[in-house]
Amino acid sequence: MSTRTRLVVFAVGALVLAVAYVAAADLLPGFGATSHPYGSRAVNAAVNHRTPNSISSVSFDQRGFDTLGEEFILVLSVVGTMLLLREAPGEEEEDAGSGDDTGDDGAGGQGRPPGASPPDAVRLAGYLMLPLTCLVGGYLVAHGHLSPGGGFQGGVALATGVHLLYLAGDYQALDRFRTLPPFEVAEAVGAGGFVAVGAAALLVGAAFLSNVLPKGTWLALVSAGTVPVLNVAAGVAVVSGLMVLLGEFLEQTLVVREEEGSP
Amino acid sequence: MTLLVDLVLVLVGAVGTAVVLQREATAQALVLAEFGLAFTVLALVLQAPDVALSLFLVGSTVVPLLVLVAVSKRQESNQQEAQK
Amino acid sequence: MSVHLAYLVAGWLFLVGAYGIVVSRDLVHAVVCLSVAQSSSYVLLLSVGYRRGATSPVFADIPPGSPVVDPVVQALVFTDVVVSATITALLLALAIQAEKRSGSANPGRVSGLRG
Repeated sequence: MSTRTRLVVFAVGALVLAVAYVAAADLLPGFGATSHPYGSRAVNAAVNHRTPNSISSVSFDQRGFDTLGEEFILVLSVVGTMLLLREAPGEEEEDAGSGDDTGDDGAGGQGRPPGASPPDAVRLAGYLMLPLTCLVGGYLVAHGHLSPGGGFQGGVALATGVHLLYLAGDYQALDRFRTLPPFEVAEAVGAGGFVAVGAAALLVGAAFLSNVLPKGTWLALVSAGTVPVLNVAAGVAVVSGLMVLLGEFLEQTLVVREEEGSP
Repeated sequence: MTLLVDLVLVLVGAVGTAVVLQREATAQALVLAEFGLAFTVLALVLQAPDVALSLFLVGSTVVPLLVLVAVSKRQESNQQEAQK
Repeated sequence: MSVHLAYLVAGWLFLVGAYGIVVSRDLVHAVVCLSVAQSSSYVLLLSVGYRRGATSPVFADIPPGSPVVDPVVQALVFTDVVVSATITALLLALAIQAEKRSGSANPGRVSGLRG
């Protein structure tokens, strides 16, 4: 359909949706209301399980099954991306950093004109921030049950921190570090570890994914039962998944080239 | 306090509109990073530190990077097509 | 009838994102607009959980029992943010492949993916 028709149909739909939405939003509890029955009970349950970070408690302890589902969505979309971005017949992979141009595209496998590298300040900043970012990422994963953070956030921080190598212009180092098969295995291990911890609860006679480890003392590093364990499992899965994802994307743009003369 | 929340909400709405109105994909990636930052501030003001952390890490770093990579891949295919 | 600004902003973001997808002439632009529409749900959830005068539900430095905002909605949002980033990556990969196969970035010209 033409753009005009599309816009008219959209306008009608948007108008109906807006009217219905405003009518429904009127019935929602007022903004900033003091009565949150579900929230109060969740906070009480978190404190009873000695987990200061009640958000982590809700996502890994009280509603762990939802987080398991989300982790599997993550793994599946990484698999889907790998499938979509694999080399098709008609493309060849250029050896990254070997420097020989297979055509006159002039990019030399680095994604930038040969001879140009980032300014020294950027490279220094990249190399300096790399250990810091990895340390912060590890901290976020380990202390997820004590302060804001957790497996998902720490995993993302770690994965993007490693790619500071790319920003510093050292694509070869990144390529060597980031051989994809171990990360693919690590992703499966992370997701499987989550399920294994949940299934271990079944062995003790409790429900799947219930918190059966000793809860420890308030604010200790090893406390809150299964929450830190699940944090680590989720963190491993997220780091590996994101490394694979970013690696596939970067490879696509820097390394995969079309063969000359192919349709 | 309420004024701050309202201001940040309006900011988020405005930057979101700017993301949509920016047609050129490369510039849109940068505006998307801005949107991630505005959204992080909103999450902080609404007392949600975990959410602010993931929004910042993901919305301002990973997604614009992916968009820029996708766009550069397309520009490169266009260049190759033009050279054939 | 008084609907707070927060709920209105959430609805506005959704409509703006949908509008962007409808008038988009570029697949990558459409994917980014989709992620804007998705963030409208985060605004709605966070606003529902907010409690005036309360602080964040992490008890590392405040005594248990102080008024805090709702942690359940925050738990829903923060895993979703990371997961939807990977889904956006999947959609971008799809956009890259669609452009490669059909030679054009315009959603109107991309017909079914072959092979």
